This record gives sequence, C-alpha cells and structure tokens, in this order.
Amino acid sequence: MSPAAQIQTWLDERFGWAELIAPLKKKTVPHHHLSYWYFLGGMTLFLFIIQVTTGILLLLYYRPSANEAFESVQYINTQVRFGWLVRSIHSWSANLMIFTAFAHMFSVLFLRAYRKPRELTWVSGAILLLLAFGFGFSGYLLPWNTLAFFATKVGTEVAGQVPIIGPWIMVFLRGGPDVTGATLTRFFGFHVAVLPGITTVLLGLHIALVQRFGISVPPQVENEWSRSPQQRREIKFFPNFALRELMAWYVVLGVLGVLAALFPWGLGTKADAFAPAPAGIKPEWYFLFAFQTLKLIPAKVAHIDGEVLGVLAFGAAGLLWVLLPFVEPKRKAGGYRAVLLCGVIALAYIGSMTVYGYVAK
Amino acid sequence: MNMGEAVSVAAAPDEKVSGPRRTFLKAFLGGSVLASLGSFLYPVLRYLVPPAETNMGVDSVVAATASELKPNSAKIFRFGSKPALLIRTAEGEYRAMSATCTHLSCTVQYRKDVQQIWCACHNGMYDLNGRNVSGPPPRPLEKYDVHVQGDEIQVMRS
Amino acid sequence: MNYSQIPLMGKLRTPTMTYTFQVGLASVFLWFMIPCALAQTPNTCLDCHSALDAPLNVNATEFSASIHAQKEVTCVSCHGGDPNSPDDAMNTKAGFKGKITRKQIPELCGKCHSDAAYMRQYNPSLRTDQLVQYHTSVHGKKLDAGDTKVAVCTDCHTVHDIRPSSDIRSSVNPLNIATTCSHCHADASYMRPYGIKTTQFSDYGKSVHHEAMAERGDLSAPTCTTCHGNHGAAPPGVASVKNVCSTCHVFQSQLFETSPHKAAFGAAGLPGCVTCHSNHQIEHPSDVMVSAGEHSICTTCHTDGEPGLKTAAEIHTQLSDLQTRIARSKEILDRAAESGMEVGQAQLDLIQATDALTKARVSVHSFRAAVVAKETVSGTAVTEKTYQAGLQALRERNYRRVGLSISLLVIGATLIGLRFYIREIER
Repeated sequence: MSPAAQIQTWLDERFGWAELIAPLKKKTVPHHHLSYWYFLGGMTLFLFIIQVTTGILLLLYYRPSANEAFESVQYINTQVRFGWLVRSIHSWSANLMIFTAFAHMFSVLFLRAYRKPRELTWVSGAILLLLAFGFGFSGYLLPWNTLAFFATKVGTEVAGQVPIIGPWIMVFLRGGPDVTGATLTRFFGFHVAVLPGITTVLLGLHIALVQRFGISVPPQVENEWSRSPQQRREIKFFPNFALRELMAWYVVLGVLGVLAALFPWGLGTKADAFAPAPAGIKPEWYFLFAFQTLKLIPAKVAHIDGEVLGVLAFGAAGLLWVLLPFVEPKRKAGGYRAVLLCGVIALAYIGSMTVYGYVAK
Repeated sequence: MNMGEAVSVAAAPDEKVSGPRRTFLKAFLGGSVLASLGSFLYPVLRYLVPPAETNMGVDSVVAATASELKPNSAKIFRFGSKPALLIRTAEGEYRAMSATCTHLSCTVQYRKDVQQIWCACHNGMYDLNGRNVSGPPPRPLEKYDVHVQGDEIQVMRS
Repeated sequence: MNYSQIPLMGKLRTPTMTYTFQVGLASVFLWFMIPCALAQTPNTCLDCHSALDAPLNVNATEFSASIHAQKEVTCVSCHGGDPNSPDDAMNTKAGFKGKITRKQIPELCGKCHSDAAYMRQYNPSLRTDQLVQYHTSVHGKKLDAGDTKVAVCTDCHTVHDIRPSSDIRSSVNPLNIATTCSHCHADASYMRPYGIKTTQFSDYGKSVHHEAMAERGDLSAPTCTTCHGNHGAAPPGVASVKNVCSTCHVFQSQLFETSPHKAAFGAAGLPGCVTCHSNHQIEHPSDVMVSAGEHSICTTCHTDGEPGLKTAAEIHTQLSDLQTRIARSKEILDRAAESGMEVGQAQLDLIQATDALTKARVSVHSFRAAVVAKETVSGTAVTEKTYQAGLQALRERNYRRVGLSISLLVIGATLIGLRFYIREIER
C-alpha cells in the first residue's frame, strides 16, 4: 500500500476519515460565466487566516501599554528579523480583507444568493462584516500613533451620539471618559480575544451553512439551465475548484508581498494626548463614507441634532441590510428590482462617498 | 443545490491519463508549491528567533558599566531617540539627565574644570542637578533616575 | 419716662436685668469690640475718598490689595493728616500734605525707600538706592532741571495699587514693563518736545526678545529695563551698547572683539551690535543677513568686489551648504525610517550637525571665514556620515526587493504549474 493510502487507513480507523470527507469529495460548484465571483468568499477566508497567523506572530513582540506600544511596533519593524514583513502584511491584509468582504457581500447581493434557504448565511455574513469593522477599528489603535489616537477619539465620539445609550457605549469602548492607555488595553482585549472568539463561531456557522446548502446558482443562469439542461455544468470541488481557488490565493500572496515590500506600512509619531489634533483627521477608508456623510449633514435638521440623525440613519440602514432576505418584497419581478436598485444605490453611494472623503480637506 | 444531469468535469479515471506529461506537471507543481511554502516559512522561522537587543529602550537603558566612568567625568548615551548625559561626580555619585539644552536644543557637555554642565552654543550653564544656573536656558534639564545593578548603570525615566 | 414700662415685643417688660448682668453684658460686648476697633486702624480717609469721583477717588479694594496697605503703610504715611478724626483729617496742623506735587514725589518715596534701616523692618533684601539711581537717570536729571513731564516713581509703580514686581499684576513685573514704558514713550504727541522716536514699543513687540518672554514664557528675556536700567534709566552710550548685549551674548561679543569689525565700527562711531541687529526691533537672525545678495546687511557698508563682501559671500555659502546637507541627511533618514529600517543612531548623530550649525552661526561674529569653517567642516563630516548611513539603510531596503522577487518568482512558478495541472487533469 502506498504511504498516502496507509495514512488514510490509519485515519479512517480512528476518525472515520472516509465518512468525514465523503461529502467534500462529492461537493460540486456550478460553473458558468459568473463563476469567478465565487472566489471572493474563499479569498476573504484566506485573508482572515493570514490575519490570524501574522497577528499571532505580532503578539510575540507587541506590548499593549500606552508607554510601550509604539516602541514595540518600532522594535518589530526595525529589530525583529522580517518583522517589517509580518507587520506590513498584517496591515495590508486587513485592508484587503475588508475590501474582499465588501466585494463578496455585493456579489452575493447581485447574484441573489441570499434567497431562501440561505437567509441565515447572509445574516451571519453581514454580522461578520461588522466584526471585520470592529477588528479594523480596534487594531488601528494598537500602534498608539498620533493618527490612530485621534481617529479613535473621533470614532468613539461618533458612537457616543447614539441617543440614550450613546454615552454609555462611548465610556464602555474607551474604558473611561477619554481615550487613554485604558482604551488601548481594552481595544487590545477586543482585538485578540473577544472579536476572534465571536468571529470563529460565526465563521464556522457561515461555512457550515454554505456546505449544507451548497453554492447557489444565480437566477438568470438557473433559468437558462432549466430551459436547456445539457448546458448545466458543475465542477468538482476537489480537486478542480480547489486548485483554481489555490491559484487565486497565490495571487493574493503575491499582491501582499509586493505591497509589503514596495509600500511598507508607515508608523508615524507616538501619540501625545496633550498635543493638539493634527488637521484633517480621517478614519480608515472603510469608514470614510460614513464619516463623510456625517460631516455633510447640517448641524440641526428640524430640531434634531444632525450627527444623531446620521448615526440613527446608518443604524437603521445597517439593520435593514442585515435583515435583507427577510425584508425583500415578495412580489416576483418587482421585489428583486427593488433590491437591485438598493444595491446599486448603496454601492454607488459608498464608492462615491469614499472617494469624496479621500479628496476632501 | 440542483445537480440534475450534471456534466461533471473531473479528474478522469487514472488509467486514461498517466504518463510523462502528467508526472512532470505533478513534480513541477509539487516542487514549486514546496519552494513557495519554503519562501513563506523562512521569514516566519527567522522572525521567531528573538533579536539580540531585547531592550526596546523606552523607559530604561543600560548607560554604562561600573568601571567605565572615572569620578568627575561623564558620557553621552542614547535614551530612546534623544541624547542623555550620565555624570559620575567627583564624589563618585551618578547623575543622569537629558542632554538636550532647553534653550535651542544643542547637546550639552560636562565640564570637569567647573564641575557643571555647559552648553557650548550660547554659554548656558546647569548645575549637577540639571538646574539652569546661568546663560540663556530657560528651564532645567529633565532628570532621570540612576540605579546601579551589579556591573550595570541603569538609567530610567523618572 | 419709666423705661421699665416700654413694651418690648408686645409684652410689658419689667427691669429683670440685674446690675451684675448688665456689667457682664457690657464687658462681653467690649471684649469683642475693642480688638475689632484696634485691628482696623481707623482710616476715615478711605471712608470718604472711596465714594468720591475722580480725581479724588481711591479704589478701596485696590488699595487694600497693594503692598503698602498690606504692610500697614496707609494714607497718612504719604499724605499726613489725622486718620481718626473725620473733621481734622485734612488739617494742615495735623500734618496734612494734600496732593503731593510731581517734583516732590521722588523725595517723598525716598524718605522710606532710601532708608536702609527703615526698610530692613519690611524686606531686608530690598535695594535702597533707587533714589540715588534716579537722580543719574535721564528722567531724574530732567526733573531736577524743572521738567515735570518726565516719569516719576508713581508713573511706573502706580499710586495707590503698588504691588511687588514679582506680582504678575504689577505694572513693573517683567511681563508688563514694556507696556508701562510705552504709556509715555509710544505717545507721539507727548514725546514731541524731546525729539525722541516713539516706535520702540511696537518695534520691541516684533523682536525675538519679546517673543521669548511673551510666547515662550522666558522671564529672563530682556525687556526695556534690562538694557536701559530701571531707576537709573538711560540709553546706553554708543560705546557701551556692546557691553549691554554681551551680558547675555557672551560668545558673540568675544568673537567680535577679535574681529576686523571692532576697529572699523569704533572708527566710524557705529553702535556695535545695534549696527546690524537694530536696538528694539531685534528680529530672528537669518543666514541671508550675512551674504552678498538681497536682504544682506553687509551690503549696507561693503560694495561689490571688496574683500569684506567676498568673505560675507563665503560665510553665507558655508552656512547654507551645511543647512542643505543637514536637510538632505534628514530626508534620507526619514525615508529609510518610514520603510522600517533602523536608523535611530544616525538620527541621533545628526543632532551633532545641527549643533555645529548653531555654533557656526555664532562664529559669524568673528567675520572670518576660517573661524566659521571650523564649525561647518565638522558639521559637514557628520552629515556625510549620516547620509552614508541613510544610503546603507536604503540599500538594505532594496535587498528586501530582491527577496520579494524571489518569492514572486516562486509564486509565479506555482501559478503556472497550477494552471497547466488543472488543464491536464481536465483534458
């Protein structure tokens, strides 16, 4: 017996290996002109795995106290061998992950993969996106540099605008009334323990649901295939789709390498709570659209504070977004058009607001 | 999931496609995957080895060894990203303070003859406690704590 | 009238207070009242004068906060009279002097303030030569000659709310001195009879000395009295300007002494430092001040082709050269640091170059290129070293790119391998 077969038998006798991987061996992926969009989910997962790996490596040297955080990141950057690589990959991959998460979400929306029975897959995915924002927001503060310090100050202040519970949320996030070393410790706890824990559970659920229901076929393709069944094509997950996905993952690795080596992530200057805020503080790009919107809302709209209105509006929009499969109008054709329109408007809004936020002073 | 009459594109049974081409491709793929994994693993393994310098130099630095400084002499050392001054007084005591003059940021020096700290740029004078005693400096020099631990003179931020 | 029958609170009161009780009550009353009466030296002056309008008005709160009131030197100490009696308060027989004339003021103040034994009771370390100094000052000499427009004690110290100079609200606190002097010296119509300019205050406001005090909070920075003296105020003579400046600017003065300008300025009767730096509007010196081009001060006296101007141009080149090199080193080190390279030691070393530039700028006052060169050469050596360190750091950064290319190569190979393998198994 070949060594591979021997190992398989050994595993089968102890784990029921053959039975475990049987469904995976049978798993297929629909193959059509829109199949390439299927890669985005796996890419997001891959980037998350990279985050966990580089994050654990960073944990070996990072010190989460206001006194030492900046210097420890500087130490990683300059003294630890390939520390600059690990750190730059971690920062770049974070941004790429949020981008692919957005792309994955919008592709699911436009390919209508959120319909029954996949509603919970969508809901868990939307929550995962919010968790990704949490990762980004908490992680950004950890180097304790000037930009991060003030971005956190502004961001938590916005959170404090939620009516009634806002101030409590802000104090909870900050670990006190102001952004201090206590905030850093707290964000560190969120970033390396709380958020990973919740994410692991939800991610497990999300992937299990995908396995359970298989890959969805877009309605237009499904219609085509029901008209002419011989056109239906499915490719096996193992090894065909998996190998293709591996190609995509290798491309991501190459991109990350280029970004880390040619555009290393800067460190800036150590945060000084007593220095005045530098002009033009902006949050990271994935928050820019919301930030810019809040800036554009007038101070008072019909006796309601503008910022409160903005926060509430985003909250309401977010809630509707998470519950999309359940709020989609049931009418056959019109229902989808409404969602399509909302999706296009949302994408256009987010895109244009992000660009605006970037170029605005 | 609707399999229906799926036309699967899959690896055909082995007997149809073995042969030199497939073997070569398998070997090439295997080899390049291994090489790429190696190129990822190599930096990670080197990363895991702690660097020689474990001190991040934030709050405390070993400024000198016990035998390095004679009484009534001093040395400039690096503290964080700024220069600092370690003095051994004539009585043998150690003093440490920032070496950046509070006037216009020149680096100060120890003067053995007057046993005071002097800034050569505009003739500012500080006493051995860092207090500005004459000349333009408007404020004293920031003082640091000194601890003698065995053979090492450790300087810490107050 | 039978007092015992006066209704008290609606009740008919009978004399129940015994004689003993009455005495006791009175004693208790006195026990409290006498100390109160003694503690407050009766000051009937303020009782009236705090309610009068100007010019007779004296603000009681301000006066009570003044150093004189706190030391119990009150109205009668200067004005005489009887403070206890509201009627004889302003009786000349009681010694009342009335309003003191301006000519009398210095001597009046001096009666106490020049008496060392007297002042010892209050503050043994206070000087007691103010009056003597005053008589040597321009103000004092003119007053003695009969001009009452000049400043007397009360013009600077105020009259009734005098505070010690260490008090930040005092008109003679270092932070406020320039403003106090400007009350007269910035008033063009007031100063017209004397033919003195009145731009000093506004000029001083633009100077580095003012900036040091007002913005950097350096109380040791010079103000009017630092250079002109306070009680013996007089402008320093042309020959002694340098002495005044060199009190603080020691090195510049020492270098000037050995420079060719000392003899030249002396012969031309030029006022030393003021010639180039001005007296009141002493601005931040810049490297272009010593050069052969625009904004140069040297060209005020030196003409084209003169060796002096050539030296100026040379010195200017030395300074701006060093400055450019420092900027260049800083830029490359910043770039390396941003890419994650370790350049902390080089950045620290670069500080020495900045120190050298500062010292070089001081040595300009030797007006000899060789002396300036001593500093700029050592500074340049440091910039060279640090620049090389920066280059080295960037070289290491580029080495990373080699590593990147290798991994990209391997990734590329894997991608190609995957592509063909997929094609192969799906044939």
